[in-house]
Amino acid sequence: MQLLLLAVVALLFGGLAALWRERVGPVTTVAGCVIGLVGAVHVLWTGATVSLKLPWAVPFGSFYVEADALSAFFLLPILGLSALAAIYGSEYLTPWRGKKSLGASWFFFNLLVASMVMVVLARNGVLFLVVWEVMALASFFLVTFEDERDDVRAAGWTYLVATHLGTAFLLAMFVLLGCEKGSLDFDRFTTGKAGLVFVLALIGFGTKAGFWPLHVWLPEAHPAAPSHVSALMSGVMIKTGIYGLLRVLTFLGPPPVWWGWVLVGVGLSSGILGVVFALAQHDLKRLLAYHSVENIGIIVLGIGVGLLGMSAGLPVLAALGFAGALLHVVNHALFKGLLFLGAGAVLHETGTRDIEHLGGLLKRMPATAATFLIGAIAISGLPPLNGFISEFLIYLGAFKGGVTANAAIAVPLLAVITGLALIGGLAAACFTKAFGVVFLGEPRSEHADHAHEPGPAMRAPMLLLAAGCVAIGMLSPLTLGVLAPVVSALTPAETLWDAARPLVFVSGAGIVAMVLIGIVAVVRRPLLARRHVGETGTWDCGYAAPTARMQYTGSSFAQPLTELFRPLLGTRKKFTPPTGYFPETGALTTDTPDVSREKVYRPTFALVEAGLGRLRWLQHGNVQLYVLYIALTLLVLLVWKLS
Amino acid sequence: MMASVHILLALALAPLLLGVINRTKAFFAGRNGQPLFQLYYDLAKLLRKGAVYSRTTSWVFRAGPIVGLAAVVLATAIVPLAGVGAPLAFAGDLVLFAYLLGLMRFFTVIAALDTGSAFEGMGASREVQFSALAEPVLFLALAALARQAGSLSLTGILSAVTPAGPAWALVAVALLVVLLAENARIPVDDPNTHLELTMIHEVMVLDHSGPDFAFILYGAALKLWVLGALLVGVVLPGGNIFLSLLAMVALAVVVGVIESTMARLRLLRVPQLLVGAGALAALALILVMR
Repeated sequence: MQLLLLAVVALLFGGLAALWRERVGPVTTVAGCVIGLVGAVHVLWTGATVSLKLPWAVPFGSFYVEADALSAFFLLPILGLSALAAIYGSEYLTPWRGKKSLGASWFFFNLLVASMVMVVLARNGVLFLVVWEVMALASFFLVTFEDERDDVRAAGWTYLVATHLGTAFLLAMFVLLGCEKGSLDFDRFTTGKAGLVFVLALIGFGTKAGFWPLHVWLPEAHPAAPSHVSALMSGVMIKTGIYGLLRVLTFLGPPPVWWGWVLVGVGLSSGILGVVFALAQHDLKRLLAYHSVENIGIIVLGIGVGLLGMSAGLPVLAALGFAGALLHVVNHALFKGLLFLGAGAVLHETGTRDIEHLGGLLKRMPATAATFLIGAIAISGLPPLNGFISEFLIYLGAFKGGVTANAAIAVPLLAVITGLALIGGLAAACFTKAFGVVFLGEPRSEHADHAHEPGPAMRAPMLLLAAGCVAIGMLSPLTLGVLAPVVSALTPAETLWDAARPLVFVSGAGIVAMVLIGIVAVVRRPLLARRHVGETGTWDCGYAAPTARMQYTGSSFAQPLTELFRPLLGTRKKFTPPTGYFPETGALTTDTPDVSREKVYRPTFALVEAGLGRLRWLQHGNVQLYVLYIALTLLVLLVWKLS
Repeated sequence: MMASVHILLALALAPLLLGVINRTKAFFAGRNGQPLFQLYYDLAKLLRKGAVYSRTTSWVFRAGPIVGLAAVVLATAIVPLAGVGAPLAFAGDLVLFAYLLGLMRFFTVIAALDTGSAFEGMGASREVQFSALAEPVLFLALAALARQAGSLSLTGILSAVTPAGPAWALVAVALLVVLLAENARIPVDDPNTHLELTMIHEVMVLDHSGPDFAFILYGAALKLWVLGALLVGVVLPGGNIFLSLLAMVALAVVVGVIESTMARLRLLRVPQLLVGAGALAALALILVMR
């Protein structure tokens, strides 16, 4: 505990020091994260729950912090990815040196990390909401780093509004939990209206995590932020929403069946719509942001399987669902962090996020390309990497229940299986597109042609994250030792060891696959050794003068699938056909705005604005008038108090 | 011991299935057709040849066939044949089976995109579309069988299949559609088409040559074998190895008959076929859940 609090203090002081000398910023971030990681590992290792409670003058508030297995487990990705993102950021931000206040950026970065740590440690409603708010504000200032750009300001604004709407629901939730005993300490919560609390938590935390349709801020804010911040926000910050939901579930006791149904529904809609919208994007970082919605959906499917198992009295099902969800939290932090850092490297070198202007980067940025490929395979949930392991646990739980349970439990579980299969196929489609169009083929623009590998400070974090993806994939049975105590915070986990034994075979098969690949590669080598190996242009049916612009683009690659889901997507097309016998110009632009933003939020907010517009006459800009308002208000309050 | 025999059988006999299919098609067309062992001759010849690579390509292009072959060889270890348990059998191995085929596809697709050719991009684009729709069908069909058998491994499922009843028939039809779609056969894709614009699988491997192309052809034959073994295991469960091998040949004849008597579907219709197969599998699931 002392180590964790020391880490928070170190991060805060480091942030202040960065305001004075910006170069110390990333150093203090790494130092703070390492201290915190030691503390978190210690908690997980000893299995002891340590807490600290100090009085606080704020009404209903107390400085009550505690580190148990669940908190410590979430601290691992938070601190690990923060440290790597900081190392990456130290190089990534160099072009802005002298033009922007980097010290302020590092201050907010450290503040964000410290507040995330505090969010998972806080055990008092007021303290939790305060650090939750600090986290939202720190990330807002990080998102609006390039505040001279209109789109960045708009994205920051969307994020600020969304996160505060979510916080409003959390406020109501805490009041509901604490009203009976008059205390907002977590250990004194009562659960009179468990159903209502569950719904409030789902909306409040879902806004942060990015559940469909509350995800609107994600595809705006993540592309706008600097890439190391996008990696941090997408990789771990949105997971604090998942943490919050799990933490609230520990208060609420045995869940009714409908919670499981609701979570499966949320998971399926987030997962499928997330990946479908990702397919339609041609901004690389926006595509990755939509994949965060998809992966949050997979995590929620795992929690849904867990809740269904709890309500049906099937502990195996519950343990596997929660274990899969928790492992996917870590896995997503690894590969999504990696992919955002890779996308950042591409942006850093080429100056564009539009995949239609990229191509052929594999030969120019080999390390970035190789690590991006590992991330792409992992996020598509393919063996032998880590994404497959967590999806396998969720599949296994869903199959176990789907095969034995009665219809009320089996139907949502079978929906999980089908949904995961569809999500997996579509994710593979989307990442073959992203990797293929950005890194393979010929460069589609000058910028892409002149790209080269970024420096070691940007490469090392990507390599480490890729190594993490491989390690979890190959050594998956070892993760159970970490997962079991965390799962037992939610549901009895004795059955997990036995139920998850197939992981031995899965990882074993992964190792065998690597050996087989090695064997085939070794067999191939002598086959070509003494033969003629020639080089030529790509076969294009005899066409004489191919250009790089004739390659298949990302949009054309995804077109069959986006056409299939057109009713959902609402893609806007602007098409100027080439005309005449000797056509000169033709153009096609497509744009897929977020459907819930366009169809739900925009009309709602327009309505609110119109309604409030009627009160404009109150606001004249005349200071004397405002003073009068204040005086009148005080008078009314005084009269009310006296009477 | 028996278990490793069936892997050896798969590795040795897989190319024969394509020979049977082609002979069946030749019979319907009134031709003599190519020798039954043509694919073996092709493989032997390709392995002795050099290779030509496009200047655009990178190591990804060379890795594609290697990873694809390794993945499908591992997948053969999961599917049992003739009631003999598979060497790799555990609860949930069907998930690994489907995802190994996914890994093979992933690498075939990125190897195609590595050439920078619009044709290969087109084929890759269609491949990912159809497989994304075929994957849920496979899982629904396997879930229906798993619920009937009360087991989560392909070995357990196939040893408990009762070959009767409407659910069984629906699952068999759905699996046949998956087999045709995944192996790029008519009515989804025509392996004999003459125009790059209309191909799916064939166009993705246009630029491969020599040993690389041999790996691809062999991998495709193995993929046909594993999905065929799955279907045969469902249709004809039982322990007789000769009967099962005979059923594999019969399946190849059926595929040949389908190819000879049907035209290829328009590309826009293929998703409807796959969604239809998914509906059949879902119906089977509802039937077994009663």
